[in-house]
Amino acid sequence: MSAVFFFIGGLGAIAGAIGVVALRNPFYTVLALVAHLLSLAALFLLLEAQFVAAAQVIVYAGAVMVLYVFVVAYIGGQDEPLGMPGTGLKGAAMLAAGALFVELCIAMLGSGLKAIDSRGAALPADFGTPQQIGQLLLTKFLFVFEVASILLLVAAVGAVILARRRRGLEADEEEADAARRMIPSVAPPGTGSMAEGAGGVSLSPSPGEREKPKEPTPTGGW
Amino acid sequence: MSPTTWGWLVLVFPLLGLIVISLSWRRLPGRTAGYIGTSAIWLAFASAVGALVSLQGRVPADRQVTSTAFNYANSVGVDIKLTILIDPLAIWMMLIVTGVSGLIHLYSISYLGSDRGYARFFAYLNYFVFSMLLLVEAGNFAILIVGWAGVGAASYLLISFWYRRGTATEAGIKAFVINVIGDVGLVLGTYFIFKHTGTLDFLKTFDKAPDVFSSNEGDLVAGCVLLLVGAFAKSAQIPLHTWLPDAMEGPTPVSALIHAATMVTAGVYLIARMWPLFELAPSAEDVGAIFGCATLIMAATIALTQTDVKRVIAYSTMSQIGYMIMGVSVGAYSAGMFHLFTHAFFKALLFMAAGSLISAMAGEQSLDRMSGWRRALPFTFLSFMTGGLALSAVPPFSGFFSKDEILLFVGNLGGWHWALYVIGYIGALLTAIYTFRMIFRAFFGQPCEEAKELEQGHLAHAEPFNPQTGEKEDTDVGFPGPEHHIAERERPMRVAMYALAVGCVVDGLIQIPHVDNVVSNFLQPSFEASRYFGETEPDGLLIFGLALSSVLSIVGIAVAYRIWVQRPGTAARIRERFALPYRVLVNKYYWDEAYDAVIVRPLAAAGQFAQQTFERVVVDGLLVGGTTSVVRAGSATVRGLQNGFLRYYAALLLVGVAGVSLYFLLSSS
Amino acid sequence: MNVGWYLAVSALIFSAGAAGVLVRRNPLVILLCLELMLNAGNLALVAFSRMHGNADGQVFALIVMVVAACEVTIGLGLIVALYRRRLPIDVDELRELRG
Repeated sequence: MSAVFFFIGGLGAIAGAIGVVALRNPFYTVLALVAHLLSLAALFLLLEAQFVAAAQVIVYAGAVMVLYVFVVAYIGGQDEPLGMPGTGLKGAAMLAAGALFVELCIAMLGSGLKAIDSRGAALPADFGTPQQIGQLLLTKFLFVFEVASILLLVAAVGAVILARRRRGLEADEEEADAARRMIPSVAPPGTGSMAEGAGGVSLSPSPGEREKPKEPTPTGGW
Repeated sequence: MSPTTWGWLVLVFPLLGLIVISLSWRRLPGRTAGYIGTSAIWLAFASAVGALVSLQGRVPADRQVTSTAFNYANSVGVDIKLTILIDPLAIWMMLIVTGVSGLIHLYSISYLGSDRGYARFFAYLNYFVFSMLLLVEAGNFAILIVGWAGVGAASYLLISFWYRRGTATEAGIKAFVINVIGDVGLVLGTYFIFKHTGTLDFLKTFDKAPDVFSSNEGDLVAGCVLLLVGAFAKSAQIPLHTWLPDAMEGPTPVSALIHAATMVTAGVYLIARMWPLFELAPSAEDVGAIFGCATLIMAATIALTQTDVKRVIAYSTMSQIGYMIMGVSVGAYSAGMFHLFTHAFFKALLFMAAGSLISAMAGEQSLDRMSGWRRALPFTFLSFMTGGLALSAVPPFSGFFSKDEILLFVGNLGGWHWALYVIGYIGALLTAIYTFRMIFRAFFGQPCEEAKELEQGHLAHAEPFNPQTGEKEDTDVGFPGPEHHIAERERPMRVAMYALAVGCVVDGLIQIPHVDNVVSNFLQPSFEASRYFGETEPDGLLIFGLALSSVLSIVGIAVAYRIWVQRPGTAARIRERFALPYRVLVNKYYWDEAYDAVIVRPLAAAGQFAQQTFERVVVDGLLVGGTTSVVRAGSATVRGLQNGFLRYYAALLLVGVAGVSLYFLLSSS
Repeated sequence: MNVGWYLAVSALIFSAGAAGVLVRRNPLVILLCLELMLNAGNLALVAFSRMHGNADGQVFALIVMVVAACEVTIGLGLIVALYRRRLPIDVDELRELRG
């Protein structure tokens, strides 16, 4: 019976993953990820991790994904065109991902982990219950727990600062307009502090910024 | 006080003069620098006299005294100390150097009176005298080389004294380069000798030489010939003589001091000092004699055709030094030294008088423009006559006795030296001819414009110009000053010339054959055990030589008189008839052109090639450019990795992770 | 099911996420693929925890979730800031930081 649930959960997770990668509309990708997360929660339940499964649904699929949905709604879901211009690494990247997958499989299958073929150790009765997790968090992993809290605080503060409006809508828009006008022209391709510092060798021709062509040394007479 | 204490004092005074003038010249008013410089040299002369008295107070066997100030370097078998050696030969040279220098300093006080570089001149002159004294007082090869280099440097500084003249700086460089060739010869010669004797000290070397070297051994001959190279460069003998005529670019006192009386005699002194080594290497002696003789006759023939009055005297110097080199090479040490002494006097006098004459001509040095100065410059004329008579070896002037003694010695040796004897007397004839050619052309005949002006009492004036090229100059620092000073009007010049003229007349008296032997007796302790020193000459050859010499000098003067005074136009006719020899002589046997073609141009071309091609293409292009372009390509490649694309970076990360986990997989299996 | 199956699923999801990061151009979607990879790690952790009978893996998974949440917050904040300044929401266009 659990095998059936495993396959349903597993397929759902994989389908969701492929959907995230393949779907063009960002809104649909968010939905695909939500499906994936719910399937993962089912898998967690199969693995006797009740609290983690609940947290997954409430926190991850619930809060984090809602945040994503809000942002996608704000920004607008444009269908993005295909292609990977300027890098030429599409093939090599896919190859590397495939290689990674293969390596992981080899690691698992070839490693001879003893219990991998088994169904797992004998479990205590309260394995994975909120009580046990809570106890662990407050005794063995107290420091980790506290640090995680600080991390959350930092992230919250950071998010507020990042998305803050400066001086009101118009000023912001003017600023943004000015920024947009400035950015493409003040720093054409081939410039920027590193490009300048390296002497102007660039992928695209630069408008003559501090180019020093090598002159032959002047031949002084006797 | 011991002779060596006096010796140190002799060195100290010119050095002090140099330091005082150099440090305080801005604050010295008027001609003070000149007085300081001159007093320094006279004090040195007094100390040299003190050394003489102190040395003569010792027994003859004890007259070679050394004194060491400190040990400079002592390692790998080389022991270099600051040692001076005071012996009769050194005292002889010291007296000549300080005495004649003192008179020339006195002359310069007024001759260069209006020159903007007055203090610099006296500082350089004091530096020169210090170096020359260091050279003659040196007690070991190292100090000799130091003094040798010092006089070379002083010569360069003084030749290019008027440094804004292009011709002067070129001449200075030419002199210095040829001097350096001599320096190399000197150092290499020292090495060859040191290799066997193991010591640089003179007295120890001379002691060990007979034990360490067999006669005419290869290394010794090589060493002595290299020493000769040094001597020839310094004394302007063939083939390293081309710098001396050009050195006339310097002020006339410089020509008098360095290029007549003292520096060019350093080669003669060197050979005389090294006599124990030369007597063990007769082949080297023969080389010296032959080159001296060749120079003697070549210079005399060239002097017949030169028109620049200073260059005539310069070639005369070259010729007379040829006599001296020939003399000390064959073993006539005291005769050579005696001729050095007399020559210093009459040559310095001739140069001083020439300086006065050139001043009267407002800077013009060409004999073609001078004539009839007899009435306008009586004192200068007398000086020229005195010096000229001494130079032409007219009895009873000093040159007669000294030159004759050398030739007597040469003739006495017999064998192939008879050729040298004959050539020596031909040279004597030519000497008389060219000397009086110069005097008759300048002082006899119709007075030229400047002479007429001076007879009215008005010293000629002209726009400043370069006597060689004629280009215009100004009178600021680096060029001669605006005023010209003649002996008739300046007392210091006259006093100096008087002293030298008196010397020209009476100097011969100290070594009249069969009457007195002051020079030989004095120098005896330095040349003890020399193979040749004690030889006496047969009377027959002596009387023949004296008679021949007198006859030749009178004949020479008469010939010159006939050609240039009695029958004007003779000279032009002779020049037409012998046009080709004339051209060869006027162009100085084309030595300069030969050197230019064989050495200077190829070297310049090599330098040009090195700079233009090798430097630019190989070094800059391949080596420097190559390495930098490799680095640049490498960094460009690495820089290409940072192209700003996020996904590219992520891909690199992924590739890295895959690689690392592959490694771990493989290493754990 | 034995634990190996869960690990296989985890590996697949991880590789898919990695491929997604490389292929997509919308930074939002790239973040989503990052989430995929984190979740794959979570799955592996919980699977191992089940295998050993030790709840430490689950605690780790919880903390990973916390970290993922923080990271998403900041990432989305960045994207909103980009949008506010009218910059193109395309990682291929945003390449000022280059050598």
